[in-house]
Amino acid sequence: MTTPSAADGARPASGGRAPSPAATTTDPAGRTAQEPPLLELRGIGKNFGPVRALSDIDLDVPAGQVTALVGDNGAGKSTLIKTISGIWQPDQGQIFWQGRPVHLHSPKAAADLGIATVYQDLALCDNLDIVQNMFLGREEIKHLQLDEIGMELAAKRTLADLSVVTVRSIRQPVGSLSGGQRQAVAVAKAVMQQAQLVIMDEPTAALGVTQTAVVLELIDQLSSRGIAVLMISHNLNDVLNSADRVAVLYLGRLAAVAPIEDLDTASIVELMTTGRSGRIGAAPGEPAHAASQPDAGPGSPAGGGTPGNGTMGNHTGEAP
Amino acid sequence: MSTETHQPPPESAEQGDELAAEAAGTAAPEVLAGSLGEYTRMQLRRIRNGESGALPVTLGLIAIVIYFQARNSLFLSPGNLVNLVIQGTPFIVLGMAEVFVLLLGEIDLSVGYSGAVAAVIMAWAVFTVPWWVAILLGLATGALFGLIFGVLITRLRLPSFVVTLAGLLGLQGLMIVLVARSGHGPGGSIPISNSIIDDLTTGNLSVAAGWIVMVAIVAVAAAVLLLRDRQRRAAGLVTPPISITLLKIVVMAVAGVVVVLVGNADRGTALVPLRGVPWVVLIVLGVLAIWTVLLGRTRFGRYIYAIGGNAEAARRAGVSLNLIRTLAFVLCGLTAAIAGILLASRLGSISTNVDGGQLVLFAVAAAVIGGTHLFGGHGKMLNALLGGLVVAAIYNGLGLLGLSAAVTYIVTALVLLAAVTVDALSRRGGTT
Repeated sequence: MTTPSAADGARPASGGRAPSPAATTTDPAGRTAQEPPLLELRGIGKNFGPVRALSDIDLDVPAGQVTALVGDNGAGKSTLIKTISGIWQPDQGQIFWQGRPVHLHSPKAAADLGIATVYQDLALCDNLDIVQNMFLGREEIKHLQLDEIGMELAAKRTLADLSVVTVRSIRQPVGSLSGGQRQAVAVAKAVMQQAQLVIMDEPTAALGVTQTAVVLELIDQLSSRGIAVLMISHNLNDVLNSADRVAVLYLGRLAAVAPIEDLDTASIVELMTTGRSGRIGAAPGEPAHAASQPDAGPGSPAGGGTPGNGTMGNHTGEAP
Repeated sequence: MSTETHQPPPESAEQGDELAAEAAGTAAPEVLAGSLGEYTRMQLRRIRNGESGALPVTLGLIAIVIYFQARNSLFLSPGNLVNLVIQGTPFIVLGMAEVFVLLLGEIDLSVGYSGAVAAVIMAWAVFTVPWWVAILLGLATGALFGLIFGVLITRLRLPSFVVTLAGLLGLQGLMIVLVARSGHGPGGSIPISNSIIDDLTTGNLSVAAGWIVMVAIVAVAAAVLLLRDRQRRAAGLVTPPISITLLKIVVMAVAGVVVVLVGNADRGTALVPLRGVPWVVLIVLGVLAIWTVLLGRTRFGRYIYAIGGNAEAARRAGVSLNLIRTLAFVLCGLTAAIAGILLASRLGSISTNVDGGQLVLFAVAAAVIGGTHLFGGHGKMLNALLGGLVVAAIYNGLGLLGLSAAVTYIVTALVLLAAVTVDALSRRGGTT
């Protein structure tokens, strides 16, 4: 959690939803020739009272790729994914889904678009079995009753497709599963619900070495099915192993977005801790301490797309 | 942690990491669980995992019955058994009411007086309206109390313990006021002025009807079980072995035959024979069946379990927590009203002497003794029936032995503690 949960009360009836000027002018017009990325964030900002948790985030999440979101504690990672998954609404900026502007006013709205979030605590009911968990909130009804057979068949099919998932019986309670298996169930739930973007919050944090490998393979499978994955991770090994692109958050701003080939552990760590690394990172002279500047407006050109700084921002992300 | 007992420990610890090829190997025994022995082992594992189900309470009930029968041979006489069931009805039905809220991890302390006030409304109304309208008014009264508590608990986020404790006190007062105002109860009690309502508990099926109804119930239940198995088998899903299903049907049939034999035995005096299964048995079984289907086969039931297991997960899945919680309290109040009406029917009147505080404690005890968890997520309607029978057996048996009410309270308390302990220990053994 990068933001104080006490800020819950600050969940705004945000009148300030108007897209920032930058967002409206730079967006889809320029790229209609190309397939728009699955999800685009333009100038996203989020305040919790006087605390500026996010400012001016421009990020593309393309389909079929794994985008890793890294950053030190308090950098705004959780705030950002909660904004994308509809739990919090941004105070500034605009979100585009498949090129169209969308308002993610609730987790349900995000889920209806095809954004599934696999939370750190997994949000599974230990007392329900695997099938019941996978269909929770979307139970199928047949002859006025729950269609247990239909749901079990669908769950079985999905789990079989994700060939790394090994459970003894899909009717066993989730509370009896290991950490990796629970993660797999949560991912399978997202896949079964036709998610196009799966957000994973620290998917390997609580797992041992072998179970981590299982989860990373799951992530590979998701992206090879054309599903976009946005993964928060503190584990740079995992990031280097499975991510296609890395987005580094530093004090609420996007310090860099770069393909994994351009980065190594050292440069990622440098970006996470200082906001810049060599040519990559916040532009020189750009104040990096955005979080301490409540008045840093949405118009300030941090993070993405500053001309003359070719390796930063979304330019790299748009290359297929 | 481990769900796989057929593997040596080192492998089972890393079970989640096995490759697909091995997965086929581990899945096989489950698919092939065609034997009784394999099924028994799976059930034992479930018990160790905290899904103890109905087994401990059934064993406990048998032990209690053997003890009392050894002390007093009248205990298992047909007359006493019928009496026991009728005595136990309020515990059983109030226990079912509690299951709705206990599954959520909540509690309702008011059910005793909710039911009593519902009975007062019914008894008052039946002086002027048809019996079924009076019963509907009583049921609506109970549901209304549940709605009020549910709204207070969910909208104002008040703890259910305190809200329903206030309900316990307030409704007792309301009951006394209503009985006095009704003008029908000068002695602090309203008589039931309708023979049909009177007969709900004291009336009996005819001997032949008892057999017909029993055969019909067992046949329907057997058909449902067999049909479900057949559908699962046709869909290629893991199906319990046919021997298990047949065993269940046999157990049901035997239980049905015993109930009808006991009910049909003459329990009257030499001059006035009295035989037949009491209506109340059918009413309780009907409530049990409807609520079991509601909890097990509908979205509402699924969400009750989900909220009890992990409310945050349910919320993220789009479940409306407030709606489901409120509905659970409404159903709890409705079921409490059924209990109150049956109680009034047995007593032939509803009086201000009804001890709703004691009733609610026995009701919670019945649900928990039956295997419902106090912290939500685990339990079934059947638990309340079995637990209620245990409470009724203790109540009745100690009475037969001529022991005082004090002993009854103490023994019930010890059984309740024992039940919770068995449950806690089995859970600790199962989940690491």
